[in-house]
Amino acid sequence: MTALVIAEHDHASIKPATLNTVTAALACGGDVHILVAGANAAEAAKAAAQIAGVSKVIAADSASLAENLAENVAAQVLAIAANYSHILFPSTANGKNVAPRVAAKLDVAQISDITLVVSPDTFERPIYAGNAIATVQSTDATKVITVRTTGFDAAAATGGSAAIETAEGVADSGKSSFVGREVTKSERPELTAAKIIVSGGRALGSAEKFTEVMAPLADKLNAGLGASRAAVDAGYAPNDWQVGQTGKIVAPQLYIAAGISGAIQHLAGMKDSKVIVAINKDEEAPIFSVADYGLVADLFTAVPELVRSLD
Amino acid sequence: MKVLVAVKRVVDYNVKVRVKSDGTGVDIANVKMSMNPFDEIAVEEAVRLKEKGTVTEVIAVSCGDAKCQETLRTAMAIGADRGILVETTEELQPLAVAKLLKALVDKEQPQLIILGKQAIDDDANQTGQMLAALADLPQATFASKVALAADKVTVAREVDGGMETLTLTLPAVITTDLRLNEPRYVTLPNIMKAKKKQLDVFKPEDLGVDVKPRLKTLKVSEPPKRGAGIKVPDVATLVDKLKNEAKVI
Repeated sequence: MTALVIAEHDHASIKPATLNTVTAALACGGDVHILVAGANAAEAAKAAAQIAGVSKVIAADSASLAENLAENVAAQVLAIAANYSHILFPSTANGKNVAPRVAAKLDVAQISDITLVVSPDTFERPIYAGNAIATVQSTDATKVITVRTTGFDAAAATGGSAAIETAEGVADSGKSSFVGREVTKSERPELTAAKIIVSGGRALGSAEKFTEVMAPLADKLNAGLGASRAAVDAGYAPNDWQVGQTGKIVAPQLYIAAGISGAIQHLAGMKDSKVIVAINKDEEAPIFSVADYGLVADLFTAVPELVRSLD
Repeated sequence: MKVLVAVKRVVDYNVKVRVKSDGTGVDIANVKMSMNPFDEIAVEEAVRLKEKGTVTEVIAVSCGDAKCQETLRTAMAIGADRGILVETTEELQPLAVAKLLKALVDKEQPQLIILGKQAIDDDANQTGQMLAALADLPQATFASKVALAADKVTVAREVDGGMETLTLTLPAVITTDLRLNEPRYVTLPNIMKAKKKQLDVFKPEDLGVDVKPRLKTLKVSEPPKRGAGIKVPDVATLVDKLKNEAKVI
Protein backbone atom coordinates (compact mmCIF):
# COMPACT_ATOMS: atom_id res chain seq x y z
CA MET A 1 0.00 0.00 0.00
CA THR A 2 1.59 3.24 -1.15
CA ALA A 3 0.20 6.74 -1.12
CA LEU A 4 1.04 9.41 -3.67
CA VAL A 5 1.03 13.08 -2.67
CA ILE A 6 0.72 15.65 -5.43
CA ALA A 7 3.05 18.48 -4.43
CA GLU A 8 1.92 22.10 -4.36
CA HIS A 9 4.96 24.05 -5.53
CA ASP A 10 6.15 27.04 -7.51
CA HIS A 11 8.81 25.03 -9.40
CA ALA A 12 11.55 26.47 -7.16
CA SER A 13 10.20 25.46 -3.77
CA ILE A 14 7.56 23.33 -2.09
CA LYS A 15 4.51 25.12 -0.64
CA PRO A 16 3.60 24.42 3.00
CA ALA A 17 0.25 22.80 2.04
CA THR A 18 2.28 19.85 0.72
CA LEU A 19 3.64 19.18 4.23
CA ASN A 20 0.19 18.83 5.80
CA THR A 21 -0.84 16.54 2.94
CA VAL A 22 2.19 14.32 3.60
CA THR A 23 1.03 13.93 7.22
CA ALA A 24 -2.42 12.82 6.00
CA ALA A 25 -0.77 10.41 3.55
CA LEU A 26 1.38 8.89 6.32
CA ALA A 27 -1.79 8.38 8.37
CA CYS A 28 -3.13 6.15 5.56
CA GLY A 29 -0.54 3.62 6.70
CA GLY A 30 1.83 2.82 3.83
CA ASP A 31 4.84 4.36 2.08
CA VAL A 32 4.53 7.90 0.83
CA HIS A 33 5.75 9.12 -2.54
CA ILE A 34 5.55 12.68 -3.87
CA LEU A 35 4.91 13.74 -7.44
CA VAL A 36 6.48 17.06 -8.39
CA ALA A 37 4.91 17.90 -11.75
CA GLY A 38 6.50 21.09 -13.04
CA ALA A 39 8.78 22.79 -15.50
CA ASN A 40 12.43 23.32 -14.58
CA ALA A 41 11.38 22.20 -11.13
CA ALA A 42 14.55 20.39 -10.02
CA GLU A 43 14.83 22.63 -6.96
CA ALA A 44 11.26 21.81 -5.89
CA ALA A 45 11.96 18.09 -6.36
CA LYS A 46 15.10 18.39 -4.19
CA ALA A 47 13.09 20.13 -1.49
CA ALA A 48 10.41 17.42 -1.67
CA ALA A 49 13.09 14.75 -1.13
CA GLN A 50 13.97 16.41 2.20
CA ILE A 51 10.46 16.07 3.66
CA ALA A 52 10.44 13.68 6.61
CA GLY A 53 8.60 10.42 5.96
CA VAL A 54 8.74 10.53 2.17
CA SER A 55 10.41 7.50 0.56
CA LYS A 56 10.43 8.53 -3.09
CA VAL A 57 10.05 11.65 -5.20
CA ILE A 58 8.84 11.39 -8.77
CA ALA A 59 9.89 14.41 -10.78
CA ALA A 60 7.99 15.01 -14.01
CA ASP A 61 9.51 17.94 -15.83
CA SER A 62 7.90 19.32 -18.96
CA ALA A 63 6.89 22.64 -20.48
CA SER A 64 3.31 21.31 -20.47
CA LEU A 65 3.40 21.41 -16.65
CA ALA A 66 4.59 25.01 -16.30
CA GLU A 67 1.21 26.56 -15.54
CA ASN A 68 -0.65 23.86 -13.60
CA LEU A 69 -3.18 23.31 -16.39
CA ALA A 70 -5.66 20.77 -15.00
CA GLU A 71 -5.80 18.71 -18.19
CA ASN A 72 -2.02 18.19 -18.25
CA VAL A 73 -1.42 17.72 -14.52
CA ALA A 74 -4.26 15.19 -14.31
CA ALA A 75 -2.78 13.27 -17.24
CA GLN A 76 0.60 13.26 -15.45
CA VAL A 77 -0.95 11.85 -12.29
CA LEU A 78 -2.91 9.25 -14.26
CA ALA A 79 0.29 8.08 -15.96
CA ILE A 80 1.52 6.70 -12.61
CA ALA A 81 -1.79 6.28 -10.74
CA ALA A 82 -1.89 2.49 -11.11
CA ASN A 83 0.97 2.14 -8.60
CA TYR A 84 -0.95 3.72 -5.73
CA SER A 85 -3.69 2.88 -3.26
CA HIS A 86 -4.16 6.53 -2.23
CA ILE A 87 -3.69 9.72 -4.24
CA LEU A 88 -3.76 12.84 -2.10
CA PHE A 89 -3.90 16.49 -3.14
CA PRO A 90 -3.89 19.49 -0.81
CA SER A 91 -7.26 21.31 -0.88
CA THR A 92 -5.74 24.32 -2.60
CA ALA A 93 -7.13 25.97 -5.74
CA ASN A 94 -4.78 23.71 -7.76
CA GLY A 95 -5.59 20.53 -5.86
CA LYS A 96 -9.34 21.11 -6.10
CA ASN A 97 -8.97 21.82 -9.80
CA VAL A 98 -7.10 18.65 -10.69
CA ALA A 99 -8.16 15.89 -8.24
CA PRO A 100 -11.71 15.31 -9.58
CA ARG A 101 -10.35 14.84 -13.12
CA VAL A 102 -8.09 12.08 -11.81
CA ALA A 103 -10.90 10.45 -9.81
CA ALA A 104 -13.33 10.51 -12.75
CA LYS A 105 -10.80 8.96 -15.13
CA LEU A 106 -10.11 6.20 -12.58
CA ASP A 107 -13.88 5.79 -12.14
CA VAL A 108 -13.63 6.29 -8.38
CA ALA A 109 -15.36 8.63 -5.97
CA GLN A 110 -13.29 11.49 -4.62
CA ILE A 111 -13.22 12.19 -0.91
CA SER A 112 -13.01 15.98 -0.61
CA ASP A 113 -11.48 18.03 2.15
CA ILE A 114 -10.71 15.29 4.67
CA THR A 115 -9.88 16.43 8.21
CA LEU A 116 -9.10 13.01 9.71
CA VAL A 117 -7.94 9.60 8.52
CA VAL A 118 -9.94 7.09 10.58
CA SER A 119 -8.57 4.05 8.73
CA PRO A 120 -7.08 3.52 5.25
CA ASP A 121 -10.59 3.54 3.72
CA THR A 122 -12.51 5.72 6.19
CA PHE A 123 -12.24 9.47 6.59
CA GLU A 124 -13.90 12.42 8.27
CA ARG A 125 -14.90 15.45 6.24
CA PRO A 126 -16.97 18.53 7.01
CA ILE A 127 -20.25 19.08 5.15
CA TYR A 128 -22.76 21.96 5.25
CA ALA A 129 -20.01 24.54 5.79
CA GLY A 130 -18.64 22.60 8.74
CA ASN A 131 -21.99 22.42 10.54
CA ALA A 132 -21.79 18.64 10.38
CA ILE A 133 -18.96 16.13 10.14
CA ALA A 134 -19.48 13.08 7.94
CA THR A 135 -17.54 9.86 8.41
CA VAL A 136 -17.33 8.24 4.99
CA GLN A 137 -16.00 4.91 3.80
CA SER A 138 -14.73 4.44 0.28
CA THR A 139 -15.57 1.22 -1.55
CA ASP A 140 -13.23 2.02 -4.46
CA ALA A 141 -9.85 0.43 -5.09
CA THR A 142 -8.05 3.76 -5.31
CA LYS A 143 -8.78 6.55 -2.87
CA VAL A 144 -8.54 9.97 -4.47
CA ILE A 145 -8.50 12.53 -1.68
CA THR A 146 -8.17 16.26 -1.14
CA VAL A 147 -6.78 17.21 2.25
CA ARG A 148 -7.95 20.17 4.29
CA THR A 149 -4.54 21.35 5.39
CA THR A 150 -5.74 22.85 8.67
CA GLY A 151 -6.80 19.35 9.76
CA PHE A 152 -3.25 17.96 9.78
CA ASP A 153 0.05 19.10 11.26
CA ALA A 154 2.82 19.91 8.82
CA ALA A 155 5.42 17.17 8.27
CA ALA A 156 8.98 18.32 8.93
CA ALA A 157 10.35 19.99 5.79
CA THR A 158 13.82 18.56 6.39
CA GLY A 159 15.33 15.37 7.71
CA GLY A 160 14.24 13.07 4.91
CA SER A 161 16.44 11.75 2.12
CA ALA A 162 14.14 10.28 -0.51
CA ALA A 163 15.41 9.09 -3.87
CA ILE A 164 14.43 11.21 -6.83
CA GLU A 165 13.15 9.35 -9.86
CA THR A 166 12.24 11.08 -13.08
CA ALA A 167 9.09 10.42 -15.07
CA GLU A 168 8.48 11.46 -18.63
CA GLY A 169 6.40 14.63 -18.81
CA VAL A 170 3.05 14.42 -20.60
CA ALA A 171 2.30 16.19 -23.86
CA ASP A 172 0.15 19.30 -23.82
CA SER A 173 -3.59 18.60 -24.25
CA GLY A 174 -3.88 21.38 -26.80
CA LYS A 175 -7.32 22.26 -25.44
CA SER A 176 -6.48 24.92 -22.88
CA SER A 177 -3.78 27.53 -22.79
CA PHE A 178 -2.45 29.87 -20.17
CA VAL A 179 -2.89 33.57 -20.90
CA GLY A 180 -1.70 35.37 -17.81
CA ARG A 181 -1.67 35.70 -14.06
CA GLU A 182 -2.27 38.62 -11.75
CA VAL A 183 -0.68 37.85 -8.44
CA THR A 184 -1.71 40.05 -5.57
CA LYS A 185 1.59 41.49 -4.41
CA SER A 186 1.90 41.48 -0.68
CA GLU A 187 4.68 41.64 1.85
CA ARG A 188 2.37 39.97 4.34
CA PRO A 189 2.29 36.24 5.00
CA GLU A 190 -0.12 34.16 2.92
CA LEU A 191 -3.40 33.53 4.74
CA THR A 192 -3.18 29.75 4.77
CA ALA A 193 0.36 29.85 6.17
CA ALA A 194 0.11 32.87 8.54
CA LYS A 195 0.59 32.34 12.30
CA ILE A 196 -1.53 35.40 13.02
CA ILE A 197 -4.43 36.71 10.94
CA VAL A 198 -6.33 39.94 11.40
CA SER A 199 -9.64 40.13 9.56
CA GLY A 200 -12.03 42.98 8.93
CA GLY A 201 -15.72 42.99 8.20
CA ARG A 202 -18.33 45.20 6.62
CA ALA A 203 -18.26 47.51 9.64
CA LEU A 204 -15.07 49.05 8.21
CA GLY A 205 -17.34 50.89 5.77
CA SER A 206 -14.96 51.46 2.85
CA ALA A 207 -11.84 50.13 1.16
CA GLU A 208 -9.88 53.18 2.39
CA LYS A 209 -10.94 52.65 6.01
CA PHE A 210 -10.23 48.94 5.70
CA THR A 211 -6.62 49.64 4.78
CA GLU A 212 -6.23 52.59 7.14
CA VAL A 213 -7.48 50.70 10.21
CA MET A 214 -6.53 47.06 9.57
CA ALA A 215 -3.16 47.32 7.80
CA PRO A 216 -1.25 48.87 10.75
CA LEU A 217 -2.44 46.06 13.02
CA ALA A 218 -1.41 43.41 10.48
CA ASP A 219 1.98 45.11 10.07
CA LYS A 220 2.52 45.34 13.80
CA LEU A 221 1.79 41.63 14.31
CA ASN A 222 3.38 40.49 11.04
CA ALA A 223 -0.03 39.00 10.36
CA GLY A 224 -1.92 37.94 7.27
CA LEU A 225 -4.83 40.20 6.35
CA GLY A 226 -8.24 38.61 5.91
CA ALA A 227 -11.81 39.75 5.36
CA SER A 228 -15.36 38.53 5.72
CA ARG A 229 -17.39 37.76 2.62
CA ALA A 230 -19.56 40.80 3.36
CA ALA A 231 -16.47 43.03 3.24
CA VAL A 232 -15.30 41.39 0.00
CA ASP A 233 -18.76 41.65 -1.59
CA ALA A 234 -18.85 45.33 -0.64
CA GLY A 235 -15.52 45.82 -2.41
CA TYR A 236 -13.54 46.75 0.74
CA ALA A 237 -11.06 43.90 0.28
CA PRO A 238 -9.90 41.68 -2.60
CA ASN A 239 -11.52 38.29 -3.03
CA ASP A 240 -8.45 36.26 -2.16
CA TRP A 241 -8.53 37.75 1.34
CA GLN A 242 -11.87 36.12 1.96
CA VAL A 243 -12.02 33.77 4.95
CA GLY A 244 -14.99 31.41 5.06
CA GLN A 245 -16.79 28.46 3.52
CA THR A 246 -16.45 29.96 0.05
CA GLY A 247 -13.04 31.50 0.66
CA LYS A 248 -9.97 30.37 2.56
CA ILE A 249 -10.13 27.92 5.46
CA VAL A 250 -7.57 29.05 8.04
CA ALA A 251 -6.39 27.92 11.46
CA PRO A 252 -3.71 30.33 12.72
CA GLN A 253 -2.40 30.58 16.28
CA LEU A 254 -4.25 33.88 16.67
CA TYR A 255 -7.24 35.17 14.69
CA ILE A 256 -8.44 38.70 15.34
CA ALA A 257 -11.88 39.52 13.89
CA ALA A 258 -12.74 43.21 13.83
CA GLY A 259 -16.20 44.37 12.83
CA ILE A 260 -17.19 40.87 11.74
CA SER A 261 -20.60 39.72 12.97
CA GLY A 262 -19.79 36.01 12.56
CA ALA A 263 -22.07 34.58 9.86
CA ILE A 264 -22.06 30.76 9.70
CA GLN A 265 -20.13 30.87 6.47
CA HIS A 266 -17.36 32.99 8.04
CA LEU A 267 -17.13 30.84 11.18
CA ALA A 268 -16.72 27.81 8.90
CA GLY A 269 -13.46 29.29 7.69
CA MET A 270 -11.79 30.23 10.98
CA LYS A 271 -13.28 28.42 13.94
CA ASP A 272 -10.34 26.01 14.19
CA SER A 273 -7.97 28.87 15.00
CA LYS A 274 -6.14 28.33 18.28
CA VAL A 275 -7.07 31.65 19.86
CA ILE A 276 -9.87 33.86 18.55
CA VAL A 277 -10.30 37.52 19.45
CA ALA A 278 -13.47 39.39 18.48
CA ILE A 279 -13.82 43.14 18.48
CA ASN A 280 -17.36 44.27 17.75
CA LYS A 281 -19.62 46.98 19.10
CA ASP A 282 -22.68 44.72 18.99
CA GLU A 283 -22.42 42.56 22.08
CA GLU A 284 -25.00 40.15 20.63
CA ALA A 285 -22.83 39.43 17.55
CA PRO A 286 -22.52 35.65 16.97
CA ILE A 287 -18.74 35.98 16.61
CA PHE A 288 -18.53 36.30 20.43
CA SER A 289 -19.88 32.74 20.79
CA VAL A 290 -16.62 31.36 19.37
CA ALA A 291 -14.21 34.02 20.64
CA ASP A 292 -11.76 33.26 23.46
CA TYR A 293 -11.47 36.97 24.13
CA GLY A 294 -14.29 39.32 23.22
CA LEU A 295 -14.05 43.08 23.34
CA VAL A 296 -17.29 45.00 22.97
CA ALA A 297 -16.02 48.23 21.47
CA ASP A 298 -16.02 50.43 18.40
CA LEU A 299 -13.29 49.02 16.17
CA PHE A 300 -12.35 52.49 14.95
CA THR A 301 -11.07 53.33 18.41
CA ALA A 302 -10.17 49.86 19.69
CA VAL A 303 -7.99 48.73 16.75
CA PRO A 304 -5.75 51.84 16.70
CA GLU A 305 -5.48 51.60 20.49
CA LEU A 306 -4.45 47.96 20.11
CA VAL A 307 -1.79 48.98 17.58
CA ARG A 308 -0.40 51.62 19.98
CA SER A 309 -0.32 49.26 22.93
CA LEU A 310 1.72 46.73 20.93
CA ASP A 311 4.62 49.21 20.66
CA MET B 1 -24.57 28.02 -29.77
CA LYS B 2 -26.12 25.80 -27.09
CA VAL B 3 -25.22 26.06 -23.40
CA LEU B 4 -26.01 23.46 -20.77
CA VAL B 5 -26.28 24.55 -17.13
CA ALA B 6 -26.45 22.16 -14.18
CA VAL B 7 -28.51 23.13 -11.14
CA LYS B 8 -28.82 21.41 -7.76
CA ARG B 9 -31.59 21.65 -5.22
CA VAL B 10 -30.04 22.19 -1.78
CA VAL B 11 -30.98 23.38 1.70
CA ASP B 12 -31.30 27.18 1.51
CA TYR B 13 -28.08 28.93 2.48
CA ASN B 14 -29.82 30.80 5.30
CA VAL B 15 -30.89 27.60 7.06
CA LYS B 16 -28.68 26.36 9.88
CA VAL B 17 -28.90 22.59 9.51
CA ARG B 18 -29.22 20.28 12.51
CA VAL B 19 -27.58 16.90 12.77
CA LYS B 20 -30.11 14.11 13.39
CA SER B 21 -29.82 12.58 16.83
CA ASP B 22 -29.36 9.07 15.38
CA GLY B 23 -26.29 10.25 13.44
CA THR B 24 -27.64 9.21 10.03
CA GLY B 25 -27.52 12.64 8.46
CA VAL B 26 -28.79 16.17 8.79
CA ASP B 27 -32.45 16.93 9.27
CA ILE B 28 -33.77 18.37 6.02
CA ALA B 29 -37.46 17.58 6.56
CA ASN B 30 -39.52 20.78 6.38
CA VAL B 31 -36.58 23.12 5.77
CA LYS B 32 -36.51 25.63 2.97
CA MET B 33 -34.86 24.34 -0.20
CA SER B 34 -33.38 26.55 -2.93
CA MET B 35 -31.15 26.44 -5.95
CA ASN B 36 -27.48 26.11 -4.98
CA PRO B 37 -26.20 29.74 -5.04
CA PHE B 38 -23.24 28.97 -7.31
CA ASP B 39 -25.62 27.31 -9.80
CA GLU B 40 -27.80 30.41 -9.80
CA ILE B 41 -24.70 32.34 -10.89
CA ALA B 42 -24.17 29.70 -13.60
CA VAL B 43 -27.71 30.13 -14.95
CA GLU B 44 -27.40 33.91 -14.84
CA GLU B 45 -24.13 33.77 -16.80
CA ALA B 46 -25.64 31.51 -19.46
CA VAL B 47 -28.68 33.77 -19.81
CA ARG B 48 -26.46 36.86 -20.10
CA LEU B 49 -24.46 35.14 -22.87
CA LYS B 50 -27.76 34.52 -24.65
CA GLU B 51 -28.80 38.14 -24.18
CA LYS B 52 -25.48 39.19 -25.74
CA GLY B 53 -26.34 37.11 -28.79
CA THR B 54 -23.48 34.58 -28.74
CA VAL B 55 -25.72 31.85 -27.32
CA THR B 56 -28.97 30.68 -28.88
CA GLU B 57 -30.31 28.20 -26.36
CA VAL B 58 -29.84 27.63 -22.61
CA ILE B 59 -30.77 24.20 -21.25
CA ALA B 60 -30.99 23.69 -17.50
CA VAL B 61 -30.41 20.20 -16.08
CA SER B 62 -31.05 18.90 -12.59
CA CYS B 63 -30.54 15.43 -11.15
CA GLY B 64 -32.52 14.21 -8.16
CA ASP B 65 -36.08 13.57 -7.03
CA ALA B 66 -39.26 15.00 -8.57
CA LYS B 67 -39.02 18.17 -6.47
CA CYS B 68 -36.01 19.27 -8.52
CA GLN B 69 -38.62 20.38 -11.07
CA GLU B 70 -39.08 23.47 -8.87
CA THR B 71 -35.37 24.23 -9.20
CA LEU B 72 -35.59 23.83 -12.97
CA ARG B 73 -38.60 26.18 -13.06
CA THR B 74 -36.51 28.75 -11.19
CA ALA B 75 -33.73 28.35 -13.76
CA MET B 76 -36.28 28.84 -16.53
CA ALA B 77 -37.68 31.91 -14.75
CA ILE B 78 -34.16 33.40 -14.78
CA GLY B 79 -34.15 32.75 -18.54
CA ALA B 80 -33.22 29.16 -19.40
CA ASP B 81 -35.18 28.01 -22.46
CA ARG B 82 -35.98 24.48 -21.35
CA GLY B 83 -35.26 21.97 -18.60
CA ILE B 84 -34.20 18.38 -18.24
CA LEU B 85 -34.73 16.42 -15.03
CA VAL B 86 -32.89 13.17 -14.46
CA GLU B 87 -35.21 11.73 -11.88
CA THR B 88 -34.11 9.30 -9.20
CA THR B 89 -34.57 8.86 -5.48
CA GLU B 90 -31.11 7.29 -5.13
CA GLU B 91 -28.52 9.33 -3.20
CA LEU B 92 -26.52 10.99 -5.98
CA GLN B 93 -22.80 11.52 -5.51
CA PRO B 94 -20.68 13.81 -7.73
CA LEU B 95 -19.27 11.01 -9.92
CA ALA B 96 -22.81 9.76 -10.70
CA VAL B 97 -24.02 13.28 -11.52
CA ALA B 98 -20.99 13.84 -13.75
CA LYS B 99 -21.83 10.62 -15.63
CA LEU B 100 -25.47 11.67 -16.07
CA LEU B 101 -24.36 15.08 -17.35
CA LYS B 102 -21.85 13.43 -19.69
CA ALA B 103 -24.69 11.37 -21.20
CA LEU B 104 -26.73 14.55 -21.71
CA VAL B 105 -23.73 16.36 -23.21
CA ASP B 106 -23.43 13.52 -25.74
CA LYS B 107 -27.14 13.85 -26.52
CA GLU B 108 -27.44 17.64 -26.68
CA GLN B 109 -23.93 18.54 -27.94
CA PRO B 110 -23.64 21.92 -26.16
CA GLN B 111 -20.55 24.05 -26.84
CA LEU B 112 -20.37 25.25 -23.26
CA ILE B 113 -21.36 23.65 -19.96
CA ILE B 114 -21.56 25.88 -16.90
CA LEU B 115 -21.84 24.56 -13.33
CA GLY B 116 -21.47 26.01 -9.84
CA LYS B 117 -18.03 25.38 -8.36
CA GLN B 118 -19.49 23.53 -5.38
CA ALA B 119 -22.81 22.72 -3.79
CA ILE B 120 -23.32 24.13 -0.33
CA ASP B 121 -24.64 20.86 1.09
CA ASP B 122 -21.89 18.30 0.44
CA ASP B 123 -19.23 20.98 -0.31
CA ALA B 124 -17.58 18.49 -2.69
CA ASN B 125 -16.35 20.78 -5.49
CA GLN B 126 -16.02 17.88 -7.96
CA THR B 127 -18.81 17.60 -10.51
CA GLY B 128 -17.62 20.13 -13.11
CA GLN B 129 -14.07 18.81 -13.17
CA MET B 130 -15.33 15.19 -13.33
CA LEU B 131 -17.65 16.00 -16.22
CA ALA B 132 -14.79 17.70 -18.07
CA ALA B 133 -12.59 14.62 -17.58
CA LEU B 134 -15.28 12.13 -18.63
CA ALA B 135 -16.13 14.14 -21.75
CA ASP B 136 -12.44 14.88 -22.49
CA LEU B 137 -13.10 18.59 -22.42
CA PRO B 138 -10.94 21.45 -21.16
CA GLN B 139 -12.04 23.17 -17.96
CA ALA B 140 -11.87 26.54 -16.25
CA THR B 141 -12.96 26.28 -12.64
CA PHE B 142 -13.72 29.12 -10.17
CA ALA B 143 -14.52 31.58 -12.97
CA SER B 144 -14.89 35.25 -12.22
CA LYS B 145 -15.05 36.50 -15.82
CA VAL B 146 -16.13 34.75 -19.01
CA ALA B 147 -15.59 36.06 -22.54
CA LEU B 148 -17.12 33.80 -25.18
CA ALA B 149 -16.14 33.82 -28.86
CA ALA B 150 -17.30 31.54 -31.68
CA ASP B 151 -14.64 28.88 -31.22
CA LYS B 152 -13.07 29.61 -27.84
CA VAL B 153 -13.74 30.99 -24.40
CA THR B 154 -11.43 33.09 -22.25
CA VAL B 155 -11.94 32.77 -18.52
CA ALA B 156 -10.45 34.63 -15.56
CA ARG B 157 -10.20 32.30 -12.58
CA GLU B 158 -9.87 32.86 -8.85
CA VAL B 159 -6.73 31.06 -7.68
CA ASP B 160 -4.69 31.18 -4.46
CA GLY B 161 -2.96 34.53 -4.29
CA GLY B 162 -4.74 36.21 -7.21
CA MET B 163 -6.27 35.56 -10.61
CA GLU B 164 -5.25 33.69 -13.72
CA THR B 165 -6.63 33.74 -17.24
CA LEU B 166 -7.01 30.71 -19.51
CA THR B 167 -8.27 30.26 -23.03
CA LEU B 168 -10.13 27.04 -23.79
CA THR B 169 -11.16 25.53 -27.10
CA LEU B 170 -14.89 24.77 -27.34
CA PRO B 171 -16.67 22.72 -26.21
CA ALA B 172 -15.56 23.45 -22.64
CA VAL B 173 -16.63 23.24 -19.00
CA ILE B 174 -16.73 26.26 -16.68
CA THR B 175 -17.47 26.34 -12.96
CA THR B 176 -18.54 29.59 -11.34
CA ASP B 177 -17.17 31.53 -8.42
CA LEU B 178 -19.07 34.15 -6.45
CA ARG B 179 -17.84 37.26 -8.21
CA LEU B 180 -18.80 36.18 -11.72
CA ASN B 181 -22.13 38.01 -11.59
CA GLU B 182 -25.06 38.92 -9.38
CA PRO B 183 -28.10 36.85 -10.35
CA ARG B 184 -31.23 38.85 -11.17
CA TYR B 185 -34.40 38.68 -9.14
CA VAL B 186 -36.98 36.59 -10.90
CA THR B 187 -40.16 38.47 -11.68
CA LEU B 188 -43.70 37.13 -11.45
CA PRO B 189 -44.34 37.31 -15.22
CA ASN B 190 -41.16 35.31 -15.80
CA ILE B 191 -42.19 32.74 -13.19
CA MET B 192 -45.52 32.37 -15.05
CA LYS B 193 -43.73 32.06 -18.40
CA ALA B 194 -41.36 29.45 -16.97
CA LYS B 195 -44.31 27.20 -16.13
CA LYS B 196 -45.06 26.84 -19.82
CA LYS B 197 -41.52 25.98 -20.90
CA GLN B 198 -40.57 22.46 -21.95
CA LEU B 199 -39.35 20.13 -19.21
CA ASP B 200 -38.26 16.60 -20.15
CA VAL B 201 -37.81 13.84 -17.60
CA PHE B 202 -35.39 10.93 -17.91
CA LYS B 203 -34.37 8.12 -15.58
CA PRO B 204 -30.69 7.25 -15.08
CA GLU B 205 -31.43 3.91 -16.83
CA ASP B 206 -32.62 5.80 -19.92
CA LEU B 207 -29.16 7.34 -20.09
CA GLY B 208 -27.42 4.05 -19.33
CA VAL B 209 -25.79 5.33 -16.16
CA ASP B 210 -25.25 3.37 -12.92
CA VAL B 211 -25.68 5.91 -10.13
CA LYS B 212 -25.01 3.62 -7.18
CA PRO B 213 -23.12 5.56 -4.45
CA ARG B 214 -19.42 4.73 -4.05
CA LEU B 215 -18.94 6.40 -0.70
CA LYS B 216 -20.76 5.01 2.29
CA THR B 217 -21.68 7.55 4.94
CA LEU B 218 -21.09 5.71 8.20
CA LYS B 219 -22.26 8.54 10.43
CA VAL B 220 -22.85 12.26 10.58
CA SER B 221 -22.03 14.05 13.80
CA GLU B 222 -21.99 17.52 15.29
CA PRO B 223 -18.70 19.33 14.95
CA PRO B 224 -16.82 19.82 18.23
CA LYS B 225 -18.34 22.86 19.90
CA ARG B 226 -16.10 25.79 20.58
CA GLY B 227 -17.09 27.39 23.82
CA ALA B 228 -17.37 31.13 24.20
CA GLY B 229 -14.49 32.54 26.20
CA ILE B 230 -14.51 35.71 28.24
CA LYS B 231 -15.29 39.33 27.54
CA VAL B 232 -12.47 41.71 28.31
CA PRO B 233 -13.26 45.26 29.46
CA ASP B 234 -10.60 47.13 27.49
CA VAL B 235 -7.69 46.93 25.05
CA ALA B 236 -5.09 46.86 27.84
CA THR B 237 -6.64 43.74 29.35
CA LEU B 238 -6.85 42.14 25.91
CA VAL B 239 -3.15 42.71 25.24
CA ASP B 240 -2.27 41.39 28.70
CA LYS B 241 -4.33 38.20 28.14
CA LEU B 242 -2.83 37.60 24.70
CA LYS B 243 0.70 38.05 26.05
CA ASN B 244 0.51 36.31 29.38
CA GLU B 245 -2.42 33.89 29.26
CA ALA B 246 -2.72 32.73 25.63
CA LYS B 247 0.95 33.55 24.93
CA VAL B 248 0.26 34.12 21.23
CA ILE B 249 1.90 37.55 20.81
